[in-house]
Parts: sequence; structure tokens; C-alpha cells
Amino acid sequence: MNFRVLGMKSFGYTITKDRQIDFDQNDRKVTGYINAIESSIRLCIGCGSCTGTCSAGHFTDFNIRRVITLVQRGETDQLKKEIRKCMLCGKCQLVCPRGVNLRNLILTIHNILETYGI
Amino acid sequence: MNKTAIIIGGGVAGMETAIQLLRLGIEVYLIEKESRLGGHLNSWDHLFPNRRDSKEVSEYLQLGMNEGISLHLNAEIDTLWNDKKKFNIKLKDGTRLNSDALVIATGYEVFDARKKEEYGYGIYDNVITSVELEEFLRNNELKRLFEGKTSKRVGIIHCVGSRDEKVGNLYCSKLCCVTGVKQAIEIRERMPDIEVFCFYMDLRMFDRYFEEMYFEAQEKWGVQFIRGRLSEAAENQDHTLLIKLEDTLTGLPLKMNVGLLILLVGFVPSPETRRLASMLGLKEGDDRFLCPADEHTLTNSTKIPGVFLAGTVKGPEGIAGTITDARAAALQVAAYLTSRE
Repeated sequence: MNFRVLGMKSFGYTITKDRQIDFDQNDRKVTGYINAIESSIRLCIGCGSCTGTCSAGHFTDFNIRRVITLVQRGETDQLKKEIRKCMLCGKCQLVCPRGVNLRNLILTIHNILETYGI
Repeated sequence: MNKTAIIIGGGVAGMETAIQLLRLGIEVYLIEKESRLGGHLNSWDHLFPNRRDSKEVSEYLQLGMNEGISLHLNAEIDTLWNDKKKFNIKLKDGTRLNSDALVIATGYEVFDARKKEEYGYGIYDNVITSVELEEFLRNNELKRLFEGKTSKRVGIIHCVGSRDEKVGNLYCSKLCCVTGVKQAIEIRERMPDIEVFCFYMDLRMFDRYFEEMYFEAQEKWGVQFIRGRLSEAAENQDHTLLIKLEDTLTGLPLKMNVGLLILLVGFVPSPETRRLASMLGLKEGDDRFLCPADEHTLTNSTKIPGVFLAGTVKGPEGIAGTITDARAAALQVAAYLTSRE
């Protein structure tokens, strides 16, 4: 709305985009597919040992622990940006106390997002 | 004719079971592989949550050890068999014993930290276990650990050998959390210039006064808690350690130099517990600890009539819980022996 045309004063306010995880609106079909293919991600306890040893995470804002959570919440937009940063070195998988197959998780996310054109 | 029970293991569980069985008028044989009684209690300096001297508990148990208990120290079991009437044991020194009931109280041992190679125990100089720290505390030699050190920082690592599928121990050892908090306080108390950091995944302060200890560690002693599991440790040229993990609450990888790394090692069943289980055909759980006949109701008996379990053979337990469990075991043994009359 153009406030000037209406003869009103602009106070400089804008509408900010909602930053909440909208659990009901998010596309959790993707969550289901990824969980079905790489079901070991359900075992994550969020300890972060993967991220602590991650080669990519030392130089970029890549956080593989967070990737798992993004999958579970259906935050596909964020996922798409995140997974490009992984170099598939597999160190995360060596230290994971729950044996989560993290390399296959990254590959699975790539495949699913590509298959469904997200 | 007197009813008899053999108790295998002279730690806290075995001693308390023996004391209670004697009180109930049962003739007791207590077998211990070491040269003295007390088991792991002898390794601790002060006990959580009130930090009383462990010797006080030892003395209490020792008071109950009178001539009524037939004690076999330095005794190792050679063979064990059940001839339908009695349990028979032949010790390695040739001694033969028999009884109407058998109590397995052979307990646990701590996790072998060398299995977590990325933490550097047994490889780097300044990586020790929580049990070794107790020894320094008991001998009043804490300062020795920091002599000539360039770093005045200590990292206490939770869950070493616990909650870890990679080493085959999925279970929580439940008492390492509070041990870590206790030791953090003790270091700060004795050496206030040392900074102490606890690296944890969850702090399981489940029992009475545990949460209060955690509160005290933060408020009074300034212990710092960082939520993240240790990924790896590397030794610097000056023998300090560079540790790496994710600080999961900021979501950022974190690196830090520490002068000393203390690994809170968890519980695993002792080799003797497992050997006896296989000799008797007792059931082990997925966690390799022994299974009672029922997890809720028959907590001290087994599927084999006359064979009972006491203490940490069934899983991680503290001193108070072990003493309580030993008393329950004694009652079950007495009830069994009375019902057979």
C-alpha cells in the first residue's frame, strides 16, 4: 500500500517473514521418504560429535547434526542449501555413537529432493 | 540342620548380603578374589551426593563382618556344579564348599577407555579416567597432576563407554553424570585456579540431592557445562590436549586446549560375573548384565532355584542402591531356604 498517495505518513514499518517452524504447513512427505530410506537417522540423540569432527563445518556454517533435525521437521528449503556443503568425507560416521549412516543420509536427501523437484 | 549360603564376591553387595543372611540365622560362606573385602568402594575417595568419606561406609560394612561369616580371601572358583541337593564349589586352592543357596555378587568393572581410541587414553600423557582421579584425590596428590602444566584447564568427558553403540554399550551407566559433577567440585575446591569444564549430552541428575549438586557446581564453584559429546582429542607438543566437539547449544564446532582430560568411564559386567553366568546357565541381557527372574517383582532371584543376584551384576548401581538391593537379596534367599524345610 502506498501511504504517500493516501496522504498518510510512513513510519518505516515492514511485515517480517514468520521464522517459526510451521510444523503443520511443512512438507513432511519428504521427511517420511528420507526416514524410510535411511532409517538410522531416527537414532540420533543430538550429541553433535558428528559436527565437532566435520571438515566442512570448520570452514562453512554446515552443521550435519542440524541437517537431521531439518529433515525431521520438514524444513526442505533450508535442507537444499545445507547439503551442498558436505564433502562426503565420512568422519562424522566414524564418531557417531549411534551408528547413524550420515553419508548415505546426504546422498538420500540429494536423491529425494531431485526426484520430487524440490 | 543349618541352612547355608555361599556368596560369591566380597564387594558392597556381597558384604551386605552376608551380614543380613547371618542375622537371619543362615550360615554364610563369602568368597572374594582379592586379598581384602570392599571391592570398588576401596577405590573411591568421597561419595556423592554428600561427599562423605568412603571409609565410613567401609567401616560400617566391616563392623558386620564377624566370625559367623566364613571368609575365603584370594579365592578363585575353579569349578561349580549343582547336584540337585547342593551347590558345590571347588576353589583353585583345592578347598571344597557346598551350600543350599548361591548368591552372585561379582559386580562390574569400569569400561576400558582404550576402546575409545579417538580420546587418546593410554596414548597421550594427560588423559586419565575418573577412577584414576579418585586415587589422586584419595592420596591428596591432585596438585601433582598439574605440575609443570602450561594449561590450567580440565575437561571432564561424560558418557565414555556408555550410550555408545560403537563400543557395544547402548545403556546409560547413570552414575557417571553425578560422579563428574562431584569431581568437578572437588577439583575447584582444592585448586581454585583450575578451570573445569564438563562436556555432556544430557545431565541425568535422577536421584535425591543430585540436582542440588549440579546447582552447587554452577553457583558456588563456577564449573562450566558445555553440551556436546567429545569428537576427538589430539596431543600438542607441550603434552596439553586439543579437543574438538560441537557446542550444540550455539550450533558451532568448538576447539579447546586443556591440560588434563578426565574420562568418566561407565559400568560393564565383570569378567567373573560373565564366567559364572555361563557356568550356571544364567541369562544375560543385551547389555550383558544378568537378568533376574522378573524385572519388577522377582528382582533378586533367577530362573534357577537357589541362585540369587545381588548388586551391580544386574546393571549400574550406586552404593546406597547396592546396599538396599543386597538386603532384598538376603530376604529372598532366607524365604527360599525356609520354604524348602
